[in-house]
Amino acid sequence: MAKRQKVLVLYLKLPSLEGEVISWATFDGTGKKLHMTGDSDEPPYPTGLDALLDGWRLFQASQAIPEHPGQEFRTSYLKHEFFFEKLEEGDF
Amino acid sequence: MAKLLTTEQMAEFANSGCLFFDELIDERTNKEFLDDIGHTDIDEVDSVQDYYRNIKATSSIPRIPAGTKLKDAYPKGSPLEKIFSHEVVDGAIKSLVGSNTIIDHQFLHITFPTKYFKQANQRQMSQQNHQDSTIDPRSTFDVQLFYFPTEVTKAMGGTRYHPGTHLRIVNEFGIAKYQNILGQKSIVCKPGTIGIFHSGLWHGAGVNFSENIRYMFKVRLQPTEKQELLWDPEKKYQPLPNRALYWTDERKDKTINDILMRSYPWQEADTNRLDKINVVKFWRLLTGHKKMDVDYWLTRIENELY
Repeated sequence: MAKRQKVLVLYLKLPSLEGEVISWATFDGTGKKLHMTGDSDEPPYPTGLDALLDGWRLFQASQAIPEHPGQEFRTSYLKHEFFFEKLEEGDF
Repeated sequence: MAKLLTTEQMAEFANSGCLFFDELIDERTNKEFLDDIGHTDIDEVDSVQDYYRNIKATSSIPRIPAGTKLKDAYPKGSPLEKIFSHEVVDGAIKSLVGSNTIIDHQFLHITFPTKYFKQANQRQMSQQNHQDSTIDPRSTFDVQLFYFPTEVTKAMGGTRYHPGTHLRIVNEFGIAKYQNILGQKSIVCKPGTIGIFHSGLWHGAGVNFSENIRYMFKVRLQPTEKQELLWDPEKKYQPLPNRALYWTDERKDKTINDILMRSYPWQEADTNRLDKINVVKFWRLLTGHKKMDVDYWLTRIENELY
């Protein structure tokens, strides 16, 4: 049996896993489903915590980086990024 | 006679980064445009490259050197000249980028339906989210004008866009990792619809699951003058006085400040406040009122006493 990784990336409203999901992406290493941009309007979970409760394992979270002096009001990429994984066994 | 935008429309643009004019261009001009580009059934298309080659060889859409004045760009009497001469289109352009706007580039985006990808044995994928065209820290802004000559149904996967993202400064496809963003929208429209995006608005092309080819003609326009009160040449606009915050008075009528302060579901709890501050800063530039404020966002932190 081979193992394959499924990756779920959630962007939250807060830097806490309790925060609501505002953006999401899924990459399925099992090849069972091809996800792509714009493929769903509803988030897979209401919050980051709900993803944990469903068995997703957190492996990376964005750091809190202080704003650069003089650039405090500049806005850019979504800030609160969390990477989760699930490993799936099967004959791929 | 150009029909300039209203202050409410400008506030909508300042907050959301986009404006739409549904079914603006008449049926006859839409047909002329489609005939001019040789619109055909998908079964007649052998390859994307050949289809583009044919349109470039036979249509009236000229090659326009970057920096050409819009008023000199399109042949007299051509469908595109008629579209840009429409009083509403002309007025919106003059309101946002002035009377002497120049063309950065143009392109006819064509999105082929599933049938084509099956025939060509290619994977059919949507275009990732991006911001045109490179990192852009200017206060000056360009606009992208979109023209949809046919109906765009939901199945046709019309341009996906994210209202309120235009003031977030990112580097093109640096936002491609966001597959889905809460509150995302797709342009579903009737023939002849015109959309205008702030050049910073996050967007991407959807997948066309219909049976028909989808077209979107795009022109990026740059200003050559300060974009201050271009929609209000008599300079009638005056900022509104401060109002109560949090412990608010719901009996008051809604004003343009409510349009300017609209939030979006994709905004983080903390950065949402910076997004509002940036809309106020943008509105200061657009109106020339350099100290104006909405809901005290900037006044509060401009009270530096040391």
